[in-house]
Amino acid sequence: MKSNSEGLMIDGIVSYIDRDNIDTDQIIPTEYLKSIKKFGYEDYLFDGWRYKDDGKLGIKKEDRDINSDFILNNKPYSESKILLTRDNFGCGSSREHAVWALRDFGIKAVIASSFGDIFYNNCFKNGVLPIKLDKNQIEQIFVLVKEDAVEFSIDLQKRIIHLNDNNKVNFEVEDFLIDRIIYGLDDVDITLNEKDSIANFESKRRETKPWIYINE
Amino acid sequence: MKTLYDKLWEEHHVTQLSTGESLLYIDRHYLHEVTSPQAFEGLSKKNLKPWRLEANIATPDHNVPTTRGNNFNSAQIKDEISKIQVVELDKNCNAFGIKQFDIKSTKQGIVHVIGPELGYTLPGMTIVCGDSHTSTHGALGCLAMGIGTSEVEHVLATQCLKVSKLKNMLVKFEGAPADNVSSKDIVLYFIGLIGTAGGTGYAIEFAGSYIESISIESRMTICNMAIEAGAKVGLIAPDETTINYVRDKSFLDEEIFKRAEDYWLNLKTDDEATFDNEIIIDVSKIKPQVTWGTSPEMVVNYDGEIPNHLDEPEESKKNIELARNYMGIKNESKLSDLVFDKVFIGSCTNSRIEDLRQAAEVVKGKTIAKNIIEAIVVPGSGMVKEQAEKEGLDEIFKEAGFIWRDPGCSMCLGMNPDQLKPYERCASTSNRNFEGRQGYLGRTHLMSPLMAAYTAIYGTVGEPS
Repeated sequence: MKSNSEGLMIDGIVSYIDRDNIDTDQIIPTEYLKSIKKFGYEDYLFDGWRYKDDGKLGIKKEDRDINSDFILNNKPYSESKILLTRDNFGCGSSREHAVWALRDFGIKAVIASSFGDIFYNNCFKNGVLPIKLDKNQIEQIFVLVKEDAVEFSIDLQKRIIHLNDNNKVNFEVEDFLIDRIIYGLDDVDITLNEKDSIANFESKRRETKPWIYINE
Repeated sequence: MKTLYDKLWEEHHVTQLSTGESLLYIDRHYLHEVTSPQAFEGLSKKNLKPWRLEANIATPDHNVPTTRGNNFNSAQIKDEISKIQVVELDKNCNAFGIKQFDIKSTKQGIVHVIGPELGYTLPGMTIVCGDSHTSTHGALGCLAMGIGTSEVEHVLATQCLKVSKLKNMLVKFEGAPADNVSSKDIVLYFIGLIGTAGGTGYAIEFAGSYIESISIESRMTICNMAIEAGAKVGLIAPDETTINYVRDKSFLDEEIFKRAEDYWLNLKTDDEATFDNEIIIDVSKIKPQVTWGTSPEMVVNYDGEIPNHLDEPEESKKNIELARNYMGIKNESKLSDLVFDKVFIGSCTNSRIEDLRQAAEVVKGKTIAKNIIEAIVVPGSGMVKEQAEKEGLDEIFKEAGFIWRDPGCSMCLGMNPDQLKPYERCASTSNRNFEGRQGYLGRTHLMSPLMAAYTAIYGTVGEPS
C-alpha cells in the first residue's frame, strides 16, 4: 500500500478545552447541519463558545461577535492541529459534521480520556485521529499545556505522542482504523471487493427470512 | 451460550475482513434530509446505485415546519436553507427510486416513529440510520444503531456496515414503579446512575419484570435514550407484547407471519449467557426525574436538591459550575424554585399516542400557567396526529392553552422555526439538554410527558398528583 506521507506525522500547536462530555452539538450546532456540502464548516467549529452571537449558515467570521476568551480565537491556538480535552468527547448526535468542522478548521488529532462511539468511528473516515489516554495521563498533559503554548509531534505509525524533547506517551489504536488515515483508504471500495459474499449472504437470507424482503 | 446481541450479530455476519473488522448485513436503512445529501453525492460520484433499493425508507423530519397544515409541499418552506435540504431529499429519492413518505404524505413523521408504526421495523432486523436515536428500534428486538454520513453512503452502496463487535451489558429493571413514573423517568434515572459515558462501547440489553410489563411504545423511550447513556445499541428481546404490536402494524401475510413469529419468540439471551457488565435496578423506588444541567446525566428527583459545586468533589466541580451558570441557576436550590417559559411535548423519545394520552389526562379541564408563554404539542407522525384527533386529545390540549402542531422533530433540536429564545427555560420531553440544543442560549429541562404537562399547568416543576 502506498502511504500518504503527510499522514504519518501530526505536528502542531495543542489547544485545550478543560471540560467533560463535550457533545457534538457543541462541536457544531444544529443550524449548520442545514448545509448539503461535505466541506466549509471551519468557521462554525465550537460556534456557541467561539462567538458571542447567534450564527446562521453562510455567515462570515468577520461579521461575527468574536469571544476573545475562547482559546481557538487566540494565537497561536488559532493554528492548532491538536486538541486536548477530557472525558466522553463527541457524545450525543451522530452528525459527521462535527468531524468535518474539526477537519476543516485544521484539527488533525483529538486527545481525550474517552470518546462517543459514533464520533470515534466518524473521525477515521475523515482523516482526524482520536487518541484515547487514561485520565491520569490526560491530567498530566493538561498541566503541561496550561503552562505555556506547546507543540506536540504525533507519530502515527509508532503510536507515540512526543510531548517535548524529553517526554513521550504511547497510545493504542487498531491498525484497521489508523490505516484509513495513513493510507487514505475508501471503505466502499474495500467492501465492494466482497460483493460476491454479500450477494450470497443476501440470497440465502431471502429464503430463510422472507419477511425482511416482503415489500420487494 | 449467547446473548441476544451475540445472536443478532451472528445472524447478520457476512464475513470477517483481513483487517479484523466484520461486515454486518443491514436489513433496513432509514433516511432523512439532514445526514443523507452528502451520502447520495458520494454514491453519484462513484457511479453507484443503492445495493437493495427496497431496504431504504426515507422521510423529512428535522427541518419541517410544524405549522404547515394540509397540502403543503417542500417548496413552500420559508427558511431557504431548510428548504434546499428537504427539496434535496425529494430529488435524491426520486433520482434513486427510494420510497419516501414526503412532506405531503399523511404518513410523514419522525423517522423513528414512522418506521415501527408502518411495519417497516420488524424484530430481529439490523437497522441503521444517520441519526443516533436509531437505537429506538431496539425495543422490537432489533440490532439498531445510529451511523455517520460516510456510513450512510457505505450502507447504500454495499448493504453492509463495517463494524467491530460491541461488549454486552445487561440492565434489569425489576418491580413495579409508582403511578406517576413512566419509562422516561426510568431511563433518565439509569443515565444519572451510570453517566453519559457509562454505556460507551456496549450494546445494552434491557430486561427484567418491569420491561416485560410495559408497552412497546414505553420500551422505545428506553431504547431511544440508550445513546444518552453512551451506548449506540439498546435492545429488548421480543415477547408476546412485541408480536401483538407487530401483528397490528405489519403487512405480512398470515403464513409468513406465523413463520416469522416462531423465529422472533426464540430470539432471546440464553439462560447461561454471561455479560461484560450487569446492573439490577429496583424501579419501585424511582421518583419522577427531571434534569437540571446541560448533560442528560445531570438529573435529580423532581423534588430533589440541585447539586451545588461548592459541595462537590474537585473533579466534578467545574462541570457543575459551568452547567449551573449556563442554566441560570443562582440561589435556587430545588427545581421547583425555577420558573418556566415554554413547554415542548414531542420528539422521537416521547411523541407517540401513549405519551400524548398521558399528558392530555393531566391537562384536561385545566389551563396552562400565566408564565408559560408557549406550550406546544408536536405529534411524532401523521398517524399519531390522526389517532390523537380521533380521540379528541387535540381539543383537550387546545382548551388548556397548548398549540397543536404538525409532525416533525421540532423543538427537540430547533432545526425548524420551533426554537427557544436566549435564556428561555423549557420543560421538554425530548432527549438532550445540551447547551443551545433547543435554540441559542436556551435552557432545557428533560422530563416525562406527564411531568411536562404538570409543569405547563403549575408553571414550575411541581408535585404530580
